[in-house]
Amino acid sequence: MTTPLPQIDGLDEAALVERAKSGENWAYTELVSRYNRKIFRMAKQITQSDEDAEDVLQEAFFKAYQHLNDFHGNSKFYTWLVRIAVNEALMKLRKRKSDKTVSLDEELDTGEETITREIAVWEGDPEQKYSQTELKTILDEAIDGLKPSFRTVFVLRDVEELSTEETAESLGLSIPAVKSRLLRARLELREKLTRMFKKKGEDAFAYL
Amino acid sequence: MLTCKNLLSELNSYLDDEADPKLREELQRHVNECPNCWVIVDTTKKTLKVYKGMEAQALPADMENRLMDALSRRIAACKPQA
Repeated sequence: MTTPLPQIDGLDEAALVERAKSGENWAYTELVSRYNRKIFRMAKQITQSDEDAEDVLQEAFFKAYQHLNDFHGNSKFYTWLVRIAVNEALMKLRKRKSDKTVSLDEELDTGEETITREIAVWEGDPEQKYSQTELKTILDEAIDGLKPSFRTVFVLRDVEELSTEETAESLGLSIPAVKSRLLRARLELREKLTRMFKKKGEDAFAYL
Repeated sequence: MLTCKNLLSELNSYLDDEADPKLREELQRHVNECPNCWVIVDTTKKTLKVYKGMEAQALPADMENRLMDALSRRIAACKPQA
């Protein structure tokens, strides 16, 4: 006979981690179900490949399990898991010989001035105007167009909502490097989305 | 007086509310007075909002099954047999 499971939904992340550490595998399974979609999305955004993202997903959850005892609760479990997954995703990127642009620590000209050409207000609220699927396609395509070093910083800071410090640590970048890449990524995405969402014609300057 | 270039280079600290109060006030004044910068700030805010608002979609069932299978297999394999 199996012991009845505690109310899983009511357990917070820390409680699940403690139970998983003491060998209760159902608790780890619950952590996997809670976070698998976010880890997959992040891996996909960084690697831009379903196949690589699926490998990253399996590898990250397995490594996190293997090293669970090294997790001492100094950060959230999720943040720790994201770091493991980011490492796996970056390894995938670096393995791709054809992709020569993957160095994350190169000095870059962030050239903000060159990417603020689209000065126009948006037509309504994209979340109302487009279906979830349409919007997802637009947002994914915009991210895919960024260089890996900008894309990765943006995904960690603005999609996964890691702090600047956590992002810097996960990527082995300095804090100023994270900040300049984030600025560039945000401006490039703003530019791309404005091209999609702007008011057309004379209305575009209706705010003046 | 702040220029548009200053605003652009401080855009993140402005949006993330990390600028010190004096700088923040100057940035705010510039944004209020400069239509172009107002638009940049507004559309960048909206850009961040749509990205943050996106829910991660559930994994396809077969991918989730593969994940769970691979994990149980590998976890079982790394445990020493009693």
